[in-house]
Amino acid sequence: MTEPDVAIAAPPALAKLPLDALHRRLGARMAPFAGYEMPLQYESGIVAETLHTRRQASLFDVSHMGQAILAGAGVGRVLESLTPADLVSLPSERTRYTQLLNGNGGILDDLLVTRLPGVEERLLLVVNAARKHGDFALIRETLRPFDFNPLDRALLALQGPRAAAVLGALLPGAEDLAFMSWRAFDFGGAPLFVSRSGYTGEDGFELSLRAEHAEDLARLLLSHEDVAPAGLGARDALRLEAGLPLYGHDLDEMTDPVEAGLGWSIGKRRRAEGGFLGFERIRRALEQGPSRIRVGLLPQTKAPLREGAELYAPGDELVGHVTSGGFSPTLQRPIAMGYVASNHANVGATLSATLRDKRIDVSVAPLPFVAHRYFKMPVGKDAR
Amino acid sequence: MSDLRYSKDHEYVALDGDVATLGISDYAQSQLGDIVFIELPEVGKKVAKGKEIAVIESVKAASEVYSPVSGEVVEVNPELGETPALVNDDPLGRGWLVKLRVSDAGECASLMDDAAYSSFLKTL
Repeated sequence: MTEPDVAIAAPPALAKLPLDALHRRLGARMAPFAGYEMPLQYESGIVAETLHTRRQASLFDVSHMGQAILAGAGVGRVLESLTPADLVSLPSERTRYTQLLNGNGGILDDLLVTRLPGVEERLLLVVNAARKHGDFALIRETLRPFDFNPLDRALLALQGPRAAAVLGALLPGAEDLAFMSWRAFDFGGAPLFVSRSGYTGEDGFELSLRAEHAEDLARLLLSHEDVAPAGLGARDALRLEAGLPLYGHDLDEMTDPVEAGLGWSIGKRRRAEGGFLGFERIRRALEQGPSRIRVGLLPQTKAPLREGAELYAPGDELVGHVTSGGFSPTLQRPIAMGYVASNHANVGATLSATLRDKRIDVSVAPLPFVAHRYFKMPVGKDAR
Repeated sequence: MSDLRYSKDHEYVALDGDVATLGISDYAQSQLGDIVFIELPEVGKKVAKGKEIAVIESVKAASEVYSPVSGEVVEVNPELGETPALVNDDPLGRGWLVKLRVSDAGECASLMDDAAYSSFLKTL
């Protein structure tokens, strides 16, 4: 039943993922997202897929995301003009999370930057699908003398507490990678980039390889009894539970990294030196504290709050709004996040939110809702 | 279940005397995915044909349920507060939403029977 209605619902302009046929054979319900036909969920559904990720391991196809390599001596220093991360000190085979900023300190996109090994200075970038064309144009323009090559590679994410054992059996050594580190492996003669990262709050890996080899890898991983496919719906539930912001919802061009709770990703040297777009606003926010901040929100009802709901302080003062909201399969209750004026954003504060024609109580809660379980290197082992 | 009548919005009604049991079709529940909350109307509420009578929240989104007939709410499914997933598991049975005293039984005649609804689904 899912296939025929999807074929009609999808406008012809949508791009297909390299694993499109596999998703359909696995019973995916496809939905348009960021210009791609993406698997929203498989037969077991969003709740079961979310729980499977928390308990075992799930395979996500995130090939819609943009991947590119920037190369040339001093490229990290020049890319720093667009981001607040310390990219000069980024060691070989390590990954940093950062944001591309506009001149006002607003976030154009959030991305991962990995320093590739080798004598030549090369950075691997992974950006959001809906933003990649703009990102790439900006980077090309700003870093004109450098080599910039978008990669035509599939990207799979294997996420969950069983991910390391499953991948380690296939690629010995992968299970020893430190969180936010990267290594190139060989997969049947094809280079396979493995990064210990993800956006679910669980331990896991992101796997980049040429599209023609991606189905073999996906089938191999899915043949493991602990691994099941999971779609965009579960990915959204998982990242919301993990308190991770999603571009276009919790982050946008009006929002700066400090109010978004991403100040940890701003390099120490960068805070002192500046030298990136929007530094004035960010320095002010760091010094004086932001006027509003991203917080967790727990609706005191069973009804989920959705993006756009307004938040009021006692006395009916509009103090913020919800930017992401839904139902947490792990906690079996509604959860949300949003921006609230700093003087009303203390954990435990009670606000009210608009829900259809009603007002419901919402309490400000710490993020994440579900604790992160990223891989921690055993003491005495070398991080790499 | 041959006495069910369906709307193009995938609601069904089953008429027993002048009381219609209203719910959503199996197709509708499968499209919504995991249902986590249902906002039901108050008993006594009067609703006109085509107007919102309930809201179903799935993990992803909120969806309105429109009443395919006019009438007055006489009962709401008491089990759905604790177990909204009944609508996923048994949409035509224990997952019913609302009972309405219909003001014009003739409105049911304009809805699709099983065979017509099955044909309609094939056109989607």
